[in-house]
Amino acid sequence: MLSFALKRFGSALLVMFAISVLVFLIFFATPGVDPAARIAGRNADPATLAQVRHSFGLDRPMPVRYLLMMRHLLVDRDLESFVNRGSRVIPQIVQATPVTLSLVIGAALIWMVAGIVMGTAAATLRGKAADPLIMLVGVVGVSLPAYWLGEVVNLITQKQLHSSVFSWVPPPGYVGLGQDPGQWALHMLFPWLTLALLYAGIYARLLRGEVVTALGEDYVRTARAKGLSERRILIRHALRCSLIPIVSLFGLDFGALVGGAALLTEVVFGLPGIGKLTFDALQNLDLPVIMGTVLYAAFFVVLANALVDILYARLDPRARHA
Amino acid sequence: MPDQPLLDVRDLRVSFRTRQGSVTVVDGLSLSVAPGDILGVVGESGSGKSVSMLAVLRLLTNPNVTVSGQVLFRGRDLLSLPDKEMRAIRGREIAMVFQDPMTALTPVYTVGWQIAEQIRAHEPVSRKEANARAVRLLSDVGIPDAASRVNAYPHEFSGGMRQRAVIAMALSCDPSLLIADEPTTALDVTVQAQILDLMRELNTRGSAVVLITHDMGVISQIADRVLVMYGGRAAEEGPRRAVFHGPRHPYTWGLLDSVPRVGGPRLRRLPTIAGMPVAPGSLPEGCAFAPRCRLRHARCEELPVLSAGNADAAHRDACWLPPDQRAALRLTTRTADSEVAS
Repeated sequence: MLSFALKRFGSALLVMFAISVLVFLIFFATPGVDPAARIAGRNADPATLAQVRHSFGLDRPMPVRYLLMMRHLLVDRDLESFVNRGSRVIPQIVQATPVTLSLVIGAALIWMVAGIVMGTAAATLRGKAADPLIMLVGVVGVSLPAYWLGEVVNLITQKQLHSSVFSWVPPPGYVGLGQDPGQWALHMLFPWLTLALLYAGIYARLLRGEVVTALGEDYVRTARAKGLSERRILIRHALRCSLIPIVSLFGLDFGALVGGAALLTEVVFGLPGIGKLTFDALQNLDLPVIMGTVLYAAFFVVLANALVDILYARLDPRARHA
Repeated sequence: MPDQPLLDVRDLRVSFRTRQGSVTVVDGLSLSVAPGDILGVVGESGSGKSVSMLAVLRLLTNPNVTVSGQVLFRGRDLLSLPDKEMRAIRGREIAMVFQDPMTALTPVYTVGWQIAEQIRAHEPVSRKEANARAVRLLSDVGIPDAASRVNAYPHEFSGGMRQRAVIAMALSCDPSLLIADEPTTALDVTVQAQILDLMRELNTRGSAVVLITHDMGVISQIADRVLVMYGGRAAEEGPRRAVFHGPRHPYTWGLLDSVPRVGGPRLRRLPTIAGMPVAPGSLPEGCAFAPRCRLRHARCEELPVLSAGNADAAHRDACWLPPDQRAALRLTTRTADSEVAS
């Protein structure tokens, strides 16, 4: 277990290093792009440009610049945004993280429960009218883009029906969990549902297929021959074995979302999370912030993968000694 | 109570609805098993032996299957029993062991857990007690160091060990009938012999056994009675001795002749039954074996019924050939066959 954790940690560091170099190179070594010109603003005169170059260390050799940036980012933690002078990268990320975590964890709980219930129900109702109906709901969910669905939800809850049915819905924004748990949940409710709807359908579909396959397996026949109830056969045998591939998919999705892939939902609902931070930084080509958020995202993706591997071994004894 | 059979199957029919129409896989099968008996069911692939036994336990869950007839177990018709009562019989009164031990156990639970699960499904015992019984059962079926192997997962067992574990599970509630569907087919020969010993030992403890196989050798070692199936119907049925020493049905002759004999005459080529097994979708109106039979005659267009010849009421067959000329006819076909072969 310890060696597994160490190996994972080592590979995480390696991945993060490679990504940071890549981001750095894309930013500084892309032909025709002069970061100094971006920082100095449009139509800056050569003297200003030179001054900017010097003050941001852009006149030093590339490897030195990389190391300096990493030192400021990770060791001194005083790396500043190029665009918003004086705002530091690390505190920005620290501030955005709970927002994204609130959104993603809540949505993940909803879509996992909904996906498992829908998928299992569809599998057991195979051949009946309810099965294609459930799957249709799933496809619709998958097909709706977050920016559209989110806007529609906003339109309905904030405008059209705000005076009647949805008068209890607060305006878009974020309230910290520590500040007011009730308001926090109220603010997060529709973002959760929106994000969850996008994923529940995929999970339901995948799980349905797995459960249908499992129900045809020999071990289910054995379980039946043992005299177990259908409910026990479904839950303890078929569903239990079907969850294994779902878990690995979940790990990847969860890692990516925490890493910033919930961007569209965050933007639509005005949540100042990691996705929003990354998005703004990319629009302004604000390298320090991009660097910080990308490393943060890489960290979560690798972490989620490691957790999946551990969970996988717990769920599937065959994976333990491999 | 030798007159009341433990299991009495009457006119069992199983058909599958397919795109090509309804296909009858088991066609009017009747059989009975006395308490403590070992019935060997033989036949080639597709003869309906497994399907009929799955039908007995109502394990054919495919919605396109229709089962009719009667399956009387201790006088109760299993086919019309409510699901809950059927569940109480499965695993407790009638246990089943399947062909492929590699896939018969749920991969994510330990072997002991799965045995204990069955015990606890039928008896109000504590987890601890069920586990202790699982250990005992595993050591009964010859798993060494059962106390620690009980916590092993199926993938940590070899094929033979898994089959033993499945058998241990089947025995966990002391069933009065064990249905074993080709329990040795997936195993190598030495393990096969051990599993057969295990079945025999179980039988001496009082369980009746239905052993499905396509291996005449296995049947000759263990069965009290033999049922030969062809095309979803019974071709011949009788005590083991009678069937092996005086087989009546031409299909049984073919099966017995195609077993190589160690001390027998040296043959250039092992005799086989000419032609292909009948496909369940295209069963002839009359005798199912007629298209492959050398002694086919006009009457074979009619469906033969299972009937005793003149001598032994317990030995019955479904063939139109005159009962008293069978032995002579068998010799003629055998000579004819060896001439063709050489």
